[in-house]
Parts: sequence; structure tokens; C-alpha cells
Amino acid sequence: MSTPTTHPLAPRRVLFGRLGWSALILFALLFVVVIPALHLLVPTNHPLYISSYLITLGGKILCYAILAVALDLIWGFAGILSLGHGLFFALGGYAFGMYLMRSIGRDGVYHADLPDFMVFLNWKELPWYWIGSDHFLVALLWILLVPALLAFVFGFFAFRSRIKGVYFSIITQALTYAFMLLFFRNETGFGGNNGFTDFKRILGLSITTPEMRATLFALSAAALTGALLLCRHLIAGKFGRILTAIRDAESRVMFIGYQPLWYKLTAWTLSALMAAIAGALYVPQVGIINPGEMSPANSIEIAIWVAVGGRGTLVGPILGAAAVNLAKSWFTFSFPEYWLFFLGVLFIAVTLWFPGGIVSLWSRLFGGARR
Amino acid sequence: MSLMDEPIVENPGFPSLGHPLVPGALDISHKVILYLDQVSVSFDGFKALNDLNLAIDVGELRCIIGPNGAGKTTMMDVITGKTRPDSGTVFFGQTLDLTRMSEPAIVAAGIGRKFQKPTVFEHHTVFENLELAAKCDRRVRFSLRSRLDGETLDQIDEALRIVRLTPHAHVEAGLLSHGQKQWLEIGMLLVQDPKLLLLDEPVAGMTDEETEHTAELFLSLAGRRSLVVVEHDMAFVAKLASRVTVLHEGSVLAEGRMEEVREHPRVIEVYLGR
Repeated sequence: MSTPTTHPLAPRRVLFGRLGWSALILFALLFVVVIPALHLLVPTNHPLYISSYLITLGGKILCYAILAVALDLIWGFAGILSLGHGLFFALGGYAFGMYLMRSIGRDGVYHADLPDFMVFLNWKELPWYWIGSDHFLVALLWILLVPALLAFVFGFFAFRSRIKGVYFSIITQALTYAFMLLFFRNETGFGGNNGFTDFKRILGLSITTPEMRATLFALSAAALTGALLLCRHLIAGKFGRILTAIRDAESRVMFIGYQPLWYKLTAWTLSALMAAIAGALYVPQVGIINPGEMSPANSIEIAIWVAVGGRGTLVGPILGAAAVNLAKSWFTFSFPEYWLFFLGVLFIAVTLWFPGGIVSLWSRLFGGARR
Repeated sequence: MSLMDEPIVENPGFPSLGHPLVPGALDISHKVILYLDQVSVSFDGFKALNDLNLAIDVGELRCIIGPNGAGKTTMMDVITGKTRPDSGTVFFGQTLDLTRMSEPAIVAAGIGRKFQKPTVFEHHTVFENLELAAKCDRRVRFSLRSRLDGETLDQIDEALRIVRLTPHAHVEAGLLSHGQKQWLEIGMLLVQDPKLLLLDEPVAGMTDEETEHTAELFLSLAGRRSLVVVEHDMAFVAKLASRVTVLHEGSVLAEGRMEEVREHPRVIEVYLGR
């Protein structure tokens, strides 16, 4: 009997090629160490200084990139298009936002123990689901637990009923819309349409210092690297081959004995979890979370980042999220009224002429065969 | 252990004296592996299966023929759990009620199916197709940390040789010819190691030489496994020289050896004569 390593048939399977590992390590060094250091250590008048505007914008885009990788895991590899991933992002944001609100303490407008919006609504005590929200570890637990649980339950019923394709996408739109309406209500207890804002500190440290900004940026970059590695690891293994097989011919997968439900549910829940982590990192950097994050249009935009970058490539969606959001920053500054038109044209153009997205440029230019 | 010589596990005891009932295990103590009893399925009033009765013996190679719309594929769908019958019972061995089992559970019990239209995973290589089909624990957590062991690799190696795809092992399955896809699907069935193989038009689109090879393969499998072959190609069915069941309008019209069936007046009328 032969051993797996020496068997002539055994395919060589690696996480990344040499070039890929080099790029990944370079990315991690640059974004986790170098850029935060440039923000903190370089004098503000030096040409290499990274301004707080840039580092906040960069941190925001890193969070969007995690979100894009999360969507690519299920859309690119399992063929499940979620048009409601903004919901999990927002829930992660809200879960951490609760902690941020409690950390304001008595420094709010009303100098009260309760968060400002509760004082404004004339509430006398915290609703039961806010209990424990002043503990950082409880916040971390909610960030992971709430979106994952919602995704698991929703996914279980949707996948068990074999809801697929456009029907699934529409239901996810409806889900995020329903949550948006719920969170708009003041009675829901999450600040109504204003959401949470005016954050002061994390773990007792002021949120507006350069050190905090640099730390959040570095954490976002590290989380993105982690998400990319995790997804790549899943995809390169047998789990990934089963997932892509489900994407290509689901009933065939059943007839060789796999239960697609559990594979889809695992990928789906994991994807929601990554989106939630992205949201939790996003909120302290932008300083606000409100129900607008759950709007259907926001979720559709995530799918556009993935499509523009190159679906099913993991790296592509990161590039897509960065490119589209940089363009958005520029557009909304220079020609705010044309942004949505531009986004629409971009999506149509990519679908028609560039189905492989930005990453396919590489193989088009250099003729390298990609799988 | 080789794919080709694994014996069907027979009950070693004396059936007449009784034998332990193992839940979930295939019980073939009565030498019959598949029973369909008075199975009916209708789609919008059209009776696809009408009071169908069929019994397949352990190790038997059975051919099913019949004109289009006779219910051949619907019968396969009922056995594999894709379609639930309106009435009637379908048993795998003595104890497993297939009408109450999910598709993956039916596969796990030991029924493998090759579809009419070859469906392989086009974006996976030939090797990966076989790897996915190979016998292993199908649960998610095993897929997360599975390493290919030598035994599985040997089985895949052997299946590749049997279906003559060794030179194409690392080619994407979508690039294979029609006949090669058919063979890959047969190879996927072999590594899956089922006790009962359902083969829906396995030689459609194959060259004469490929058909010949497939017939030899099926004959070598019979005895060790049970095979149900649905086929239009009469020459192929004659070559298999097995028991033939003729379906017509959802029920059995005739059953017997090819020569007998060929002389049956009703069969000539509805099928062969035309």
C-alpha cells in the first residue's frame, strides 16, 4: 500500500503559490505594521505621513474588503448570492455599538447613566437585552453569536426548503429590509433612525487618538488577512471541492451521498460571521451605526464589489471593494449626484465585457492560465 | 481490497433459523436486493408509473427496456428518492423502506446511480470527481480535515484504469468526450462502492468499441453487485444476455430472457415492431 505523499496520482495541493505567499506577507507587513507606524511615528509635515483622513478611509475599506471576501465565499464558491449581507455586517456593528454606547458613561449630552437616546425617549432603565453590554467580552460574544445564530436559523430553513438562485437572493433582500424597518423603530431599543453615535472610548482609551485609529486599522488589516487565509484554506481542501460541486450540480452531489444542506449552512454561517466581524471593526472607525446600513441597496453594492473584482477568486473581491469605494469617495466628493449612475454603468460593463473582473486583467495582460 | 472482487456480504447463518435485525443495515437474507410493489406515480393526472412490480435478485444484472414515456427514468427517480410514489412500497433488501429515506441516505445505504445525461462535475478534474465520489464519511467535519489515504488513492487508481481514464486523471472533466464522461460517471459509481447500481442509458453516445468495453465491464461486475440497466440500444442489451423487463405505460409488460421477450406479441406491438 502506498502512502499519500508518494502516490503518483496524488495531486500537489497548496494554499498559495510562491508569488501568492510573498504578496500576502507583503500585504500583511504593509497594512498591519508599516502604514499604522507611518501614521503614528512620522511628523505630520513629512511626505510619508499618512493623514487621519486616509487611515480612517483605509480602515473603512479594509472592513468592506472583509465583507467582500465573506460574500465571495458563498457566492463565488457555493453559488449562493446573498443580497442581504449588509444585515450581518450591521448586526456585528450594532453589537459592538452597544458596548461603545455604554462606554460613553456619563459623558453624554444628558450626563446620565443610560445612553442618550434612552434618556430622550424617557426610559427609566435599560431594556433586558442591554444587560451586560458594558462588558467588552460580552460585546465580543454578541458580535459573534447574534449574526451567526440568525444566519444559521435562516439558512437552515432556506436551504432545507431547497430555496435557490434568485428566490434566495430576493428573500435575503426582504430579510435585511425587514430588519431595517425593525431597527428604525425607537421602541426596538437601538436608537431608532439615528442609531448609535458619539462614541468616546474603547476599554477606557479615547477613540479619537491616533494610537486608537492606527490600532483599529491594523486590526482590520489583520482580520482581512485572517479571513483570506481561512477562506483559502477551506476552498483548497475537500470542503471547497464539495462546495464548488454543489454550485455546479447540486442534485448530483446528493446522488453521491453528500447532504448539501450542511455544507451550504457551514459556508453561509461562516460568511455571516466574517461579515459581522467586519461590521464590528467598521463602527468604531466611522463613529456611527444606523439602520441605513441594512438598506437593500447597501447589500447590493457588496455584490457589485465582488463582481467588479472577480467572483470566486477571494483576492478579486478585495480589489473590487477597494476600487469601487475609492471611486465612491472621489465621486461623492466631486460629483455626488452621478455616483449611482456610475455604479450602475460599472456593473453592466463588468457583466458584459469583464465577467472575470479586475483579477482577470492579470491573465489577459500576461496570458497566464488561471483556474 | 480491490474494487472488482469485493464479495457481497452474504448472511452466513441459517435464514430459516432467524437472524439479527440490524437497523439501517442492508438485509439480503432472502436473496432479493430490491422490491418495488404496486408503485404508482402520477404527474398532473399522467400516470408515469402504474402499479409497477419489480424484484431484483442479489448479484443480478437486469435490463429494463421500453418505449419513451414508459416510466423507466421515473422508476429510477423513485428508487433513489428523487420522486416519492403516490402509492406502493419500495424496499432495499428486507428492511430499508426507500420511500422514507433522503437521497443521501439512500446512497449511504448502498445504491448508486448513473444518470441518463452524463452529469460529472465539469470544473473539477477527473481525479477530483472520483475523489468526491470515493467511499468516505460524508459529513462536513470530515471534509474539513480529510487527507487522501493510500487505500482511497489505490481505488481511484484502479477505477481510472477500468474506465480507461488514467491519462486524463488531471484533466478538467468538462473537456472529456461524451463517451469519456459516461465512463467517468461509471468510475464514480465504482469508487462509491454501491451494492446496487442503477445505470440509465450508460452507452448513449459511445462508439461501438466503447460500448463493447462497457458490456464487458458490466458482465464482470454482475454477480458481485446487482445492476439495473436502462437502455435503448438493443444490441447492447442482447450482449448482456440478462433477464429483460419491458416497461410500457408505467407497468411491466413482459419479463424474461431477451429471446423470449422478443417473441412476445404485445412487446412486438408496442415497442419492437415499430
